[in-house]
Amino acid sequence: MRRRRIFKILGSLAIPLWLVTGHGHRVATAQQTQSVNLTVSAAISLTNALRDLQALYQRSRPNVTLTYNFGASGALQQQIEQGAPADLFFSAGERQMDALESANLLLPGTRRNLLGNRLVLVTPRTSSLTLTRFQDLSRPQVRRIAIGEPRSVPAGQYAQEVLTNLRLLESLRPKLVFAQNVRQVLSYVETGNVDAGMVYATDARESERVRLAATAPANSHSPIVYPIAVVRRSQNAAAAREFVAFLASAPARAVFQRYGFSRVN
Amino acid sequence: MPFDLSPLWISLKTTSVATLLSFGLGLGAARGMVTYRGPGRGLIDGLLTSPLVLPPTVVGFLLLLLFGINGPLGQWLGRWGVTVVFSWWATVIASTVVAFPLMYRTTLGALEQIDPQLLAAARTLGASEWRIFWQVMLPLAKPGIVAGTILAFARALGEFGATLMLAGNIPGQTQTMSLAIFFAAEGGDFPQAQAWVLLILAISLGGIVALNYWSQRQPAAGTGRR
Repeated sequence: MRRRRIFKILGSLAIPLWLVTGHGHRVATAQQTQSVNLTVSAAISLTNALRDLQALYQRSRPNVTLTYNFGASGALQQQIEQGAPADLFFSAGERQMDALESANLLLPGTRRNLLGNRLVLVTPRTSSLTLTRFQDLSRPQVRRIAIGEPRSVPAGQYAQEVLTNLRLLESLRPKLVFAQNVRQVLSYVETGNVDAGMVYATDARESERVRLAATAPANSHSPIVYPIAVVRRSQNAAAAREFVAFLASAPARAVFQRYGFSRVN
Repeated sequence: MPFDLSPLWISLKTTSVATLLSFGLGLGAARGMVTYRGPGRGLIDGLLTSPLVLPPTVVGFLLLLLFGINGPLGQWLGRWGVTVVFSWWATVIASTVVAFPLMYRTTLGALEQIDPQLLAAARTLGASEWRIFWQVMLPLAKPGIVAGTILAFARALGEFGATLMLAGNIPGQTQTMSLAIFFAAEGGDFPQAQAWVLLILAISLGGIVALNYWSQRQPAAGTGRR
């Protein structure tokens, strides 16, 4: 009796095991012959636009699966330097792309600037403070200001440049909270846990819980451009180039524009 | 740029206060739970232990909901002009919450190991419950209490996830060594990350090793007399 029960248990375990290993394996190899999985390491500010484009691209290229890895561009750059299996790098800053280029980690000739953006100052919609200029950040009622960690977050680097340019950085330093990426800055502001934050114009536009206080003058920071390039180690370079061409095409540009990104030449 | 040592001091300050708080709260909770046999014992014990088994992000998220500017505790404290989120006290709260279960659990285990006959004997001799706790239970449970304290210290020192969510990353105020390591590594500053890693390894390992030597030299107060 007991032995029969053991067999029953073993049998019930074996079926899912067979499905997972043997059967599943056959399905996987059958797909491998035609399908491509592209891993795109992209700046987190691109999240919503790229998600939209994924659906669009999937319709025309059903055999290409896009896997996004969103994060701070500096963190993504580090991951690629440490050997992360990314096919494409879509950065929110040129510095991170330059680092990979000088480390010879990019496929030569594939780098191009796709988009531009602006840096803005936002406050919580519910806040009683009305800020209209960056100089207002010096007011004593403003106790916490969030920016991205400048070493790894391009938006933080631009924010630091703006504050340095306006000679505000040193006096504001005790108020600064350094976030892990620009979306974290946005969520700090949305939840009201900081009095102000510096994010991209596109982030501010997507959130209903923040108020636009000021836009940084374009000459107060280095130009905000989003370069993209194929990673040298990519096993799917041809498919990766094709996806870049799609991102530069008119339909994709329309989507980016809808989210507030600008064109660069 | 000179090497900024503030994360070390912040870590040590936070860890000391958090260890002290976990010690008191953990000891008190263990003392209460060792005799408590009422309803919901399992649930209370589970709640007290939960920060140990929940992901730090969950702990951080719940603390943020509680202490955030719109959270119940956050609003209440706000009326007194106190903001917890992104302040140094937030690092203490996060570290205490995650370190507490280690102190509580280890102490509870040690207290439960005590031979009830010894306590009964003390009672027949007319000792009050407080006197029994201080003069019988605590000495017998000492190795467990010390181990719990060291574990709580090490956990508080290593705390990262909940701290990042509740206290944020403010150099000179809330940036502990764990946070400094994370942001240095993300920013590609590997030498700086390595320096902090070595320091935190030395402190944590030093604590555990010291505990091991100390407990070997003790004549095992609890077990010897049994």
